[in-house]
Amino acid sequence: MDLAVLWFGLVVLCWVLFLVLEGFDFGVGMLAPVLGRDAPQRGAALRTIAPVWDGNEVWLVAAVGVTFAAFPDWYASMLSGLYLPMVALLLGLAVRGVALEFRGKKDDDAWRTRCDLALAFSSAAVAAILGAVLGVLAGGLAIGADGEVAATGGALARTLGVLVTPAALIGAAVGVTSALLLGATYLSLRTTGPVRERARSWVAPAAGALALAAMLAVATSGLPWWLGAVAVALLGAGVLASRRGREGWAFAVVVVLQALVVVALFVRGAPVLLASTLDPAWSITIASAAASDTALTTISWAALFILPGVLVYQALAYWVFRRRVSSDPVPT
Amino acid sequence: MDTLDLSRLQFAVVTIYHYFFVPLSISLAALTAGLQTAWHRTGKQHYRDLTMLVGKLLMVTFAVGIVTGLVQEFQFGLAWSDFARFYGDVFGPTLAIEGMLAFFLEATFLGLWFFGWDRLPRRIHLATIWIVAVGTLISAYVILAANSFMQNPIAYEIDPETGRARLESFGELMVNEVNLAAFPHTIAGAAMTGGALLLAIGARRAWGRPGALLHRDHHAWRTLARLGGWVTALSGVAVAITGDLLGKIITTVQPMKMAAAEGLYRSQAGAPFSIVAIGRPGEGEPFFSIDVPYLLSILAKGDPTAVVEGLDDLQATYVEQYGAGNYIPWVPVAYWTFRLMIGTGMLAALVGAVFLVLTRRGRGLVGPFAGEVDGVAPARGPLAQLRRPASRLVMLSLPLLPALPVLANTFGWIFTETARQPWLVFGLFKTEDGVSTGLTSAEVLASLIGFGIVYGVLAVVWYRVARHIAGRELSAPPSAPSENDGDDDDARAARRPRSDAPAY
Repeated sequence: MDLAVLWFGLVVLCWVLFLVLEGFDFGVGMLAPVLGRDAPQRGAALRTIAPVWDGNEVWLVAAVGVTFAAFPDWYASMLSGLYLPMVALLLGLAVRGVALEFRGKKDDDAWRTRCDLALAFSSAAVAAILGAVLGVLAGGLAIGADGEVAATGGALARTLGVLVTPAALIGAAVGVTSALLLGATYLSLRTTGPVRERARSWVAPAAGALALAAMLAVATSGLPWWLGAVAVALLGAGVLASRRGREGWAFAVVVVLQALVVVALFVRGAPVLLASTLDPAWSITIASAAASDTALTTISWAALFILPGVLVYQALAYWVFRRRVSSDPVPT
Repeated sequence: MDTLDLSRLQFAVVTIYHYFFVPLSISLAALTAGLQTAWHRTGKQHYRDLTMLVGKLLMVTFAVGIVTGLVQEFQFGLAWSDFARFYGDVFGPTLAIEGMLAFFLEATFLGLWFFGWDRLPRRIHLATIWIVAVGTLISAYVILAANSFMQNPIAYEIDPETGRARLESFGELMVNEVNLAAFPHTIAGAAMTGGALLLAIGARRAWGRPGALLHRDHHAWRTLARLGGWVTALSGVAVAITGDLLGKIITTVQPMKMAAAEGLYRSQAGAPFSIVAIGRPGEGEPFFSIDVPYLLSILAKGDPTAVVEGLDDLQATYVEQYGAGNYIPWVPVAYWTFRLMIGTGMLAALVGAVFLVLTRRGRGLVGPFAGEVDGVAPARGPLAQLRRPASRLVMLSLPLLPALPVLANTFGWIFTETARQPWLVFGLFKTEDGVSTGLTSAEVLASLIGFGIVYGVLAVVWYRVARHIAGRELSAPPSAPSENDGDDDDARAARRPRSDAPAY
C-alpha cells in the first residue's frame, strides 16, 4: 500500500481520537459550573476528566506532529493560512489546561470558582474555534501558487473573512453542541447522584441543538443528505438510550457520531487535503504534500511499535479510573 | 518592525518562556521519582510528604510546559511556513516521534501517578512516576536532535527539484555529535534548575523563620534542602564538563559562534579568554579587557597554543563559500550571554556547594532564628569563624537562587540560537527565507500581544500556586494522639487517607 495514503488515514485517526476524547473534556469543562451546584459537585464533575485530559490532549500533538512529518506542505499551509484562528486556539487551550490543572492545587473556594469559570469559557471558545476551523478547512482556502494564503486587504479582513462565513459559524455551532452532548453523556456515565441526574437532563436539549446545527451544515456545505439523516437517527438513538438509563450506549452512540463526522470531513475531499479556492491546480493533495519515502518509512516503523502501546496504556488509564465519581466527601 | 523581525521576536518570546518550564519539569520528575523510591524503600513518612510536595510542583510546572509546548509545535507552520516546507522532511519525523513516543508517556502516566495513589498497587504506582521521568528524557533527546540538525546539518540531501532538505537517515540524525554533547549539557542544566528550587524551599523552611528548628517538619525540610544542594552542586560540575565538551564540538562545526562568544576578530594562536571586555560600538577589538591567557585556545581546542579563528577571517571564508552577505552574528549578545550563562550557572552551583559544607554532619545554617547548631557540637577550626557570615550569605541568596539556573539556561539558549544567525540551518537555510510570506506584520503583532497577555497571566498564576504549594505544612498533624506512634510508619502510610492527593 502507498505509505502516504496510510499516513493520511493515521492523521484522520489522530483527529478522530482527539475530537472524541477532548470533545467530552470540553463538554465537561462547560457543563461543570452548570451541573455542579456546589464546590464538591463541580469537583466531582471535573474529577471524571482530571486524570486523563492531559493524555487526551496529546492526540492533538500527535495529529499536528504527524501532519508535519508526513505532509509538511499541508502543515505549513494550514497553519499559516489560518494564522490568527490557530493562535486563538492555542491561547484557549493554554488557559483551559492551566485552569484545570491549577484548580485543585489551592484549597480555596474563590480560587476554584475562578478556575472553573476560566475553564468553562476557554472550553467553549476552543470547541467553537475548532469547529469553525474544521468547517473552513473543509471548504478550502485561497491558496496561491506558493502554498500560502496571501493577506489581501489586510490582516483583520483576512481573519474576519475566514471566520465570519456561514461555514465557520455553523462549524462553531456544531463544535460547541457536539462537545456539550459528548460531555453530558460522558458525565451521566461517570458520575453519581445529582450531577448524574442533571447531566442526563442535558442530553436531549444538546442533541436537539446539534441536530439543528448538523442539518444546517448539510444544507449549506454540499455534504451528502444521507449524512444528515444518519446524524439525526444516531442522535435520536442516543437520546432514547439515555432516557432508558442505558448511559453507556448513549455515550457510545454519540462517540460514533462524532467519529463519523470527523472522518466524513477529512475523507470527502480526498485525495485533496486542502483545496485552493483560487485554482484547483494549487490545491494540496496527498501526493503533492507527502514527505520523502525515508521520512514516511521512518515514522511508519516508529508508529508500528509505539502506537499500539499508546492505545493500550491509555485504555489502562481509563480502566484504572473506571469507577463512577461521587460528590460525597471522601471517607476517612 | 516588519513581519520578519516581529516573527523572530515572537519565536524568541514563546520559546524562552516555554523553556522556563521544561528544565524544571525534567528535573522535578526525576526528583519526585527519587523521593518516592526513597519512601518505597524506607517507608519513612517524610519522604512521602516530600514526594507529594515535589510532585505537586511538577504537576503545575508540567501543565504550563505542555500548553506552551503545544505552541512550539504549531509555530513552525504559523509564522515560519517556508522553513517548515524546507525542513519538514527532517524535522517532522523527530517531532512526530517525540509526540508519539515521549509526550504520550509523560501526559498519560503523570495523570495515572497523581490520581492513582489509592488506585494502583504501590510498585506499579512507583513505576508510573519513573515512566514520566524517563519520558521527559526521551522527549528532550529527540527534540534536541532536531535542534542539533540546525546547528550541524547531517543525514540529509537537498532535493534537486524542490531545493528542500530530504531525510536520508533518521538513525544518523539521532546521533548527531552536537546532540551527544548538547543533551547531557542540557540535562545537567535542567537538573540544576530543580535542585536550586528544592534547596531554596527546603533551606527557607528549615532555617528561615522563628521556631523552624523546633518544628516537627524541620528534619524533612533539611532533607529536601540537602537533596537540592547535592543536585545543584553536582550538576554544576556536570554542566561545566559537558559545556567544555560541547564548546569544542561547536568550535569545529560552527567556528563563527565561538569566535562571537569571545568577540575574537582576528585569528590568534594561544588565544586568551576575556572575563569582561568593553569595546566601542561598531568597532572590532575591545579597548579594555581582563584576559586569562591561553584559556580560549584551551576551551576551543584543548591546546593552549592552538589557533582560534577570528570573526573577520571567518567572514572572508564564508563569503567565498556562500556568496556575498554578512555572516557575523550579533557579537555583543553572543559575548555577554555566553559569560552570563557561565556566571549564573556557576554561582548557583557555588551556593549549593557552600550550603552542603555548612550543613554537613547534621549541622545547620547559623541564622537569625537558628541556634548555633542542630544538636551537634559546634564547628571548630580556622574556618569556624566563617560559618555565621557564610550562612547569612546563603540565606540572603535563597530568594534569587531558583532564578539563577533558569537565567543560565535562558542565556545559553539565546547564545546558541542568536550566534548561529543569519542561519536557521547552519550553512543551508537563512532565517529571512523561512518566514511565512502570506502574513502581515499586523497579524504577527496581534498574536504577539495575545501571547504576551496570556503568558503573563500564566506566569503570575504559576508563581502564586507554586508559592502556595511550597508554603504549606508538609504533613497534617496526627489526627488521633492515641494512634500507634511507633516506627510503624509504613503501615500507617499505607492506611493513610489520601486527603492530600487529588484535592478536587
